[in-house]
Amino acid sequence: MARKFTIEEFFETLKKYNVEELEGVRIEGDLEIEIEPGSGIDANLINAVAMLSNYMQLIQEFGNFLYHANMALSYLQRLSSALGIQMPLVVQPQVQPAVEVKPEKIPEFKIPEKLISAKFEPYKVEYPGKIEEVTLGATRADGGTRETTVTIGGEKSLAFYTFDAMNEYMPAIAIDVFDRKPMLAKAVREHYQDVLEDPAEWAKKAVKEFNADLVTIHLISTDPMLEDTPASEAVKVIEDILQAVKVPLIIGGSGNKEKDPEVLEKAAEVTEGERVMLASATLDMDWERIGNAAKNHGHVILSWTQMDINNQKTLNRYLLKRVGIDRNSLVMDPTTAALGYGLDYAYTNMERIRISGLKGDTDLNFPMSSGTTNAWGAREAWMIDSPIEGDTPWGPRELRGPIWEIVTGMTLALAGVDLFMMMHPGAVAVLKEWMGMLQGIVKESIENVDDWITMEV
Amino acid sequence: MKVKSPLEVYKFLPQTNCGECGFDTCMSFAAQIIDRSVKPTDCPPLVENAKKDKKFEKKLNELISLTSPEILEVEIGVGDNAIKIGGEDVLHRHELTFFNPTAFFFDVYDTMDEEQIHERCSKVVEYRKFYVGDFITLEGIAVRCTSNDPEKFRSVVKKVSEYGKPMVLISMNPECMRAALEEVADQKPLIYAATEKNWKEFLQLALEFKVPVTVRSKDLTILKSLAKTFRENGVRDIVLDPVTEPIGDGLRGTFERVIQLRRTAILGEDKDVAYPIMITPISAWLIEGDEITKGYWETVLASTFIVKYADVMIFKNLEQYTVMPSVILRYNIYTDPRTPVQVEPGLREINNPSPDDPVFVTTNFALTYYTVESDLTSGNIKCWLLVLDTEGLGVEVSVAGGQFTAAKVKDLIKETGIEKKVNHRYLTIPGLAARLQGAIEDETGWTVLVGPMDSGRIKGWLEQQWPPEKKE
Ligand code: SF4
Repeated sequence: MARKFTIEEFFETLKKYNVEELEGVRIEGDLEIEIEPGSGIDANLINAVAMLSNYMQLIQEFGNFLYHANMALSYLQRLSSALGIQMPLVVQPQVQPAVEVKPEKIPEFKIPEKLISAKFEPYKVEYPGKIEEVTLGATRADGGTRETTVTIGGEKSLAFYTFDAMNEYMPAIAIDVFDRKPMLAKAVREHYQDVLEDPAEWAKKAVKEFNADLVTIHLISTDPMLEDTPASEAVKVIEDILQAVKVPLIIGGSGNKEKDPEVLEKAAEVTEGERVMLASATLDMDWERIGNAAKNHGHVILSWTQMDINNQKTLNRYLLKRVGIDRNSLVMDPTTAALGYGLDYAYTNMERIRISGLKGDTDLNFPMSSGTTNAWGAREAWMIDSPIEGDTPWGPRELRGPIWEIVTGMTLALAGVDLFMMMHPGAVAVLKEWMGMLQGIVKESIENVDDWITMEV
Repeated sequence: MKVKSPLEVYKFLPQTNCGECGFDTCMSFAAQIIDRSVKPTDCPPLVENAKKDKKFEKKLNELISLTSPEILEVEIGVGDNAIKIGGEDVLHRHELTFFNPTAFFFDVYDTMDEEQIHERCSKVVEYRKFYVGDFITLEGIAVRCTSNDPEKFRSVVKKVSEYGKPMVLISMNPECMRAALEEVADQKPLIYAATEKNWKEFLQLALEFKVPVTVRSKDLTILKSLAKTFRENGVRDIVLDPVTEPIGDGLRGTFERVIQLRRTAILGEDKDVAYPIMITPISAWLIEGDEITKGYWETVLASTFIVKYADVMIFKNLEQYTVMPSVILRYNIYTDPRTPVQVEPGLREINNPSPDDPVFVTTNFALTYYTVESDLTSGNIKCWLLVLDTEGLGVEVSVAGGQFTAAKVKDLIKETGIEKKVNHRYLTIPGLAARLQGAIEDETGWTVLVGPMDSGRIKGWLEQQWPPEKKE
């Protein structure tokens, strides 16, 4: 298994942000001078200083200087008002031992001697169906050149309901790579700044540094509205990526209905044997041609519909019955909407699809994929602050963005998603960590789970 | 609820179709009961009869119990700020809907600096997040007793109660809890928590002060025993805390306990665990790491259990970057999937437009609308946005299906009075509605421009197309 990437490590990597502009508000030193050790200092003050230094740490870790500087200043104002409070020479009143209650007026209630014992018997659920297993990528032994493959699906229970049935495969995460510089939110772009011009290097970074299980190459330059790169030209980048990384590939087009079938067909040809996933066939495109490209070259097809369970059924059926795709070569993308922008529809649509699959609907018992990167479309993920008057300020956006992607991904993971296409390395790390815990792979727990009740934090 | 069809409810109604309930027939009232949009007591004759006659009273009570939610509904707080938790009927929102959104309580503790307590309470009170035409707010404040001093706890709880928000009082020490309840029991706080160790004292407190109580145990048999004991001794309002373990196998265990509790209550019809569930994302502050790590993890815990069945939560972090995703997720999960996914049709003014600015038209399908609206707002595009009632359908579908028509656009122009607000007659329609260009021009007399296929491209499009060249 690859190296474990914890959230802390992720935040370590973020520390390299530039902080020069904060010089003006770095005054911890001054504050320390104000406090004379041993002179009966108010606990409040110590608290406040401790909090300030925590806050400074936050500021140093995350960029967006102006915004932070403002926040820091207002924080300082609050602090100075705290400092304005007299510093009492006496220490806070001692904690007193619990006083005995006066028994005078307490009404009489009959309190039993013992608990009524009532055994909890969990209700059992078993499903007749099973989600198909789909393997992406092929090693040399199977005619490809991948060093790892990824298998998804195989569920016999709802996501992470390990107590109903252990699901063998944990959902996998692919990181998006583009064949031309795409529009990216600042918080995402920062992590790929050095590789934006070089998809192969980009893919390498995604795998080596950010722990991607797969890489998705989006051939967006083929869009007639953009460079309109000819299919035969565009697919060259795939060969570079196959060289650069040894994980399975997903290949996406530009979304152009006329062009995609040609592009994906070409891509299927040049990756023969690698068992890539072609993304994707849709009802309003020539799904037959894309489906045939997958079938003829031994690839997996992504069946993409727009949040409609019936359309999903229809397209799956076309691909299975008319094109003749193998049941172990189909993945569904029922469409991902971002947190706050339709996530409820996306969640419920996927949940219904998964439940239908488990209940035995053989048109729907396939693994699901989610374009989780869509989360970045939410303005809360990238906008500098709320455009709405009366809104509580939104806080630093470099902290909002990743969490938007995390929460979108988590929600859909609970609906049954098996494969995530993501972008922010921090979001990838957190989602993996959390799934590992629910799956029972990341075991280490905390002993004293009651401590929050009395912690002075 | 135990009944599934209006017919089963109809049997209990007067069947006179008197209309007093606001519905034409008893049958349609019955259907509303099944939808949970009305209660049996909303039928006046039924209530009147019950008052007069024991037999009818029994019938009414039977109907109430048949139609009450699977999970008990518990109220915390009093007056306008009171909140309901629990009251759920299903395991998956598409089966009906989830009803009472997870209530969020943010903590203070009694050894906290006074200034800081004030600051945190004010933040909770003042919190506003604009979303889908409304401001989301936060529910309440949780006060933890860290002093273990009844008098200290009493005074801090009293202070916090002045903010007027529902409260959760947190102390395992019955003496401390008693002191606090002597001050604020009339505000109906939720007390936290009765355990295997202190349950006798807490049972006394819950009965004496008539407040809702949380019972807490990692062992579900003990948890169920606690709930059953409290119930059978006269406590109605119970909340279950199966103990939130923040990471690792502990988190997996927490996930399992929560799902088993809710599933056994609903599918297994185990009434002894059919209570609201408490989750404490604040437990994230026990993990190693800096504040951001803990804050993030708090949101991870919250998200997990907003989706899966938590009815009430205790948080620490009040930073917007963690509060905002949590309140929005909650809103999304608790949105009623039965109501059509549409927004109010009409005119929206985006970024304070002037009479020179362009006019766009879009559909009232919520997803389309919010996408367009957010593209325009965030692109700093000043414009007028007409929202057409397409019965909640997107552009492509409604153009094909006849819900997006030239005649309707004409009516919309008239209804909104847009003609008086702008000094031009240019209307931009979605690229996907291009085929209606001629028809809309004929119908309205406006010059119709065809916009881009995706509202994300409006900005670039405007640079090319606006202001339009005058056709003299
Ligand atoms: S008020 Fe009662 S009796 Fe009258 S129509 Fe409504 S349900 Fe029927």
